[in-house]
Amino acid sequence: MTDLAPPLGRRLRWTFTDGLTLVGRELGRLRHDPGELVAALIFPAVMVVLFGYVFGSAIHVPDGGDYREYLMPGLFAMVTFSAVMGVMTRMAADASRGVMDRFRSMPMARSAVPFGQTGADLLTGLLMLAIMVGAGLLVGWQPHRGLIPTAQAFLLMIVLRYALSWVGVYVGLAVKNDQVADAMVPLFLPFTMLSNAFVPTDGMPGWLRFLADWNPVSALTAASRHLFGNPGAPSGDLAWPLAHPVTTVLLWSAALLAIFVPLSLRAYTHRGR
Amino acid sequence: MADPVVFAEGLHKSFGDTHALRGLDLSVPRGTVCGVLGPNGAGKTTAVRILATLSDPDAGHARIAGYDVVREAGKVRARIGLAGQYAAVDEKLTGRGNLRMFGRLSHLSRREAHRRADELLERFGLTDAADRQVTGYSGGMRRRLDLITSLILRPEVLFLDEPTTGLDPRSRGEIWDSLRELVADGTTVLLTTQYLDEADQLADDIAVVDHGQVIATGTPDELKATIGDRLDVVLEDPAALPQAATALNALAGTDPTMTGADRLSVALPGGGFRLAHIVRELDRAGVAAADVRLRRPTLDEVFLRLTDRKEQVR
Repeated sequence: MTDLAPPLGRRLRWTFTDGLTLVGRELGRLRHDPGELVAALIFPAVMVVLFGYVFGSAIHVPDGGDYREYLMPGLFAMVTFSAVMGVMTRMAADASRGVMDRFRSMPMARSAVPFGQTGADLLTGLLMLAIMVGAGLLVGWQPHRGLIPTAQAFLLMIVLRYALSWVGVYVGLAVKNDQVADAMVPLFLPFTMLSNAFVPTDGMPGWLRFLADWNPVSALTAASRHLFGNPGAPSGDLAWPLAHPVTTVLLWSAALLAIFVPLSLRAYTHRGR
Repeated sequence: MADPVVFAEGLHKSFGDTHALRGLDLSVPRGTVCGVLGPNGAGKTTAVRILATLSDPDAGHARIAGYDVVREAGKVRARIGLAGQYAAVDEKLTGRGNLRMFGRLSHLSRREAHRRADELLERFGLTDAADRQVTGYSGGMRRRLDLITSLILRPEVLFLDEPTTGLDPRSRGEIWDSLRELVADGTTVLLTTQYLDEADQLADDIAVVDHGQVIATGTPDELKATIGDRLDVVLEDPAALPQAATALNALAGTDPTMTGADRLSVALPGGGFRLAHIVRELDRAGVAAADVRLRRPTLDEVFLRLTDRKEQVR
């Protein structure tokens, strides 16, 4: 493209203001239709009850702690991972309904759409986390190590969430069809289940344990358990990601961003060309 | 003479083995309505997508208001509006919310975006529904919202891809009224449609597209003139149908089509047929006619003839 484009400064400003407008759009949608947020929270809420009270009674926490204290960091990680599905379905819906074509035929900044969508997801993600924290406090979970580590744990969730939302942008643009995207949502469930979120990984068969140990969901869960001072810190012969969970979360985030931001921007600009 | 505001030359576009466009040429003078008419799969939507910078041609080039759609896409986008087959608005937002959002994305100031939204809602009769979610709109209201969303920046050229497909007659009429108003303002409109009456009603010029090429252009009247008048004959006695068919064939040089148990219709080759002559010929063949009528062809007949002939050539 040798477009005689407006100068870089104005383009950056447009990316920012257009992105903000799209964040405002998501907030408007949320205001008119809070059901979407509720629907996204039903699954983790069911998990609190199902695992916290039903299965949890039979699960042994490694260092003998309370299972619900063990469970909540895993559910926070699960909600964090839902960014992939949330952004994927939104991008696919816009692509299949023609809204994306309208954006693309307008003189707006090209990168504003993915940046706006991921920015908006961050806001809804924060809201979802806040609700989950409320649910956690209700069932007896709490952070034990003070303000700074607690803030660090939530910060890690936000960083990984943002990185994961770019995976959603790319997959949504690749799928382009909202029905296919909706049908794909359950396929992401194993990603969160195949982790240490609900049970320790050391009882899993070797190959499965390898996958679970390297799953970013596991790293995030282990990091928040550690930072919240919740029970279940694994001991003994640990896989590297679980021995260094905070570093692993940051590395995963950096890697996902490095791969999926350029891929998504390219897919957005070149769609239909 | 002023340059055409929409100009395309030799556009080619393939998707895999499908050749959507094979050398499409188009030229639309400023302030006119061009109806791009063609059957499904003729390449209409592909052509609009290229002109609206959503897709790049494989070969050929196109300019909007003098700007190249590939190399100067940004300048083109600032001058066009696009409304599609499906209503490309956010269903979860209100009508007003959509207009304000798209206004902001067109880089209007907040105040200006709000003002323009109110103005458009008022002018196109959507003020009452403005604060309802689009989910609750009727098909016609949605399409109208989609249409006015494309007008936020007062585009020089408006692309409408089958703006009334799937709408009931009343909603179609409302869209048509809105379009006539725009045209009165001097907006250049490129309209694709598979409805001939729509093109007949709205278009100054028509480009008939088939198999990715323009196969005929002209005003509706010119196109009708190209295939000559039609002769409709109603017989007194249906049993005389074979004789009547033979007589009409002798007159027109082609086989007439049966349009009912007792009636025939045939296209006459251009010019010079007087009704009296026709009646005399039928009389000589021993055919008693209850009604004989000479009329201009409908655009439907023109269209079928044009797309048919193309079929035979291939």
